[in-house]
Amino acid sequence: MLATLRCIVMRDLTLAMRHRSDVLTTVFFFIIVVSLFPLGVGPEAALLREMAAGVVWVAALLASMLSLTRLFADDYNDGTLEQLLMVPQPLSLIVLGKVLAHWIISGLPLVLMSPLLGLQFGLEGDELIMLMVTLLIGTPVLSLLGAIGAALTLGLRGGGVLVSLLVLPLYIPVLIFGAGAVTASAAGMGADGHLSLMGAILLLALVLAPWASAAALRISVE
Amino acid sequence: MDKALLEVQALECVRGDKQLFSELSFSLEASSLLHVHGPNGSGKTTLLRAIAGLVLQEQGDICWNGVPTSKQKDEFNRELLYLGHHYGLKFELTGYENLKVFANLSGSDISEHEVEAALARFGLAHCVELPVKVLSQGQKRRVALARLLLQRSKLWILDEPFVALDVAAVDLLLDVIKAHVAGGGMVILTTHQEVAIDAGQLQHLHLGEKPGASTVEQH
Repeated sequence: MLATLRCIVMRDLTLAMRHRSDVLTTVFFFIIVVSLFPLGVGPEAALLREMAAGVVWVAALLASMLSLTRLFADDYNDGTLEQLLMVPQPLSLIVLGKVLAHWIISGLPLVLMSPLLGLQFGLEGDELIMLMVTLLIGTPVLSLLGAIGAALTLGLRGGGVLVSLLVLPLYIPVLIFGAGAVTASAAGMGADGHLSLMGAILLLALVLAPWASAAALRISVE
Repeated sequence: MDKALLEVQALECVRGDKQLFSELSFSLEASSLLHVHGPNGSGKTTLLRAIAGLVLQEQGDICWNGVPTSKQKDEFNRELLYLGHHYGLKFELTGYENLKVFANLSGSDISEHEVEAALARFGLAHCVELPVKVLSQGQKRRVALARLLLQRSKLWILDEPFVALDVAAVDLLLDVIKAHVAGGGMVILTTHQEVAIDAGQLQHLHLGEKPGASTVEQH
């Protein structure tokens, strides 16, 4: 089972390395969106600090949406997806591998960039760490839930917009608790509650999302 | 008569509103080849995809070893190799990497040497390190077909495998198919090209324009 997972992850990472521009688009989109806010709102330190977590989180949601449509579409178009459906392994495991690779490509860079972007908003020490931790727990959820939307809209015309409409509402809980944890820790209250809830959402998504995406893929390929 | 491994009973498939075929029944035993004939749009590809489990049938059963394939997906998939109209290859990966991924996923332990030998057999020894996207149509098809030599599947489902192949490659593929059938394998294929297929126990299935007008001939 681990060998299958590793094989899929390595395959998708190799493909991403040969299409580096796709990976960079997501990261630069994230950086630019986040950087636009201080420019637009003005250099008022207190205001920027207050909205930092929300802005970074919303930008992360949008950035992870960007690459979602391609999660299964490339494999669908060249026929490798139907070959993956006929592999003698559980389809949800293959989906999990693809989601993991998607997260490494488009989620992990956001986590690593976030402290740098947080500095632009005047966040300090603990808040920067908290921002990073919430993104570390939250971005895998974005990839997992996004996979369901991507699988459902596979092969549809205008699937890209439809994916956003389907998936963005599902991101709301992660957004609330993710941004909430940073705000809470900035206000001196503990963020443990928020983090526990995010962990619970991650576990739930980890169990249910690959299975739901696999079911959606079977329908889409037909 | 040997026990039939693959049995299709009263199969009915519908695409959109059109009923492609109904009450379609046939069985295949080891060492046999089924050649599916029919005009464009008669449902050949749909039939092959239904057997491979990619399309859900409207009615009827597809059984492998007496058990419906939908109830033993992993077991059936281990015995199945389906090559369709799409090459099923990643164009950014090399032929070698493409084959290696499928070999790993199918769970068979295949060495580097075996992959190279399979590519060499299909005349691709010199482009092992090239990404598939720079290969010609025929060469891409050859890479896809090289999987036949690597995966030890019992049932091959080949949808128009001869398309884009040159004369030498067509002969080679025929040899590969004959060897597979002689070794106890089973092949289901469609082709519009005039190729002399004669291997094992040959059956012809003719899909008609009208649903229900299908006939199976034994030779």
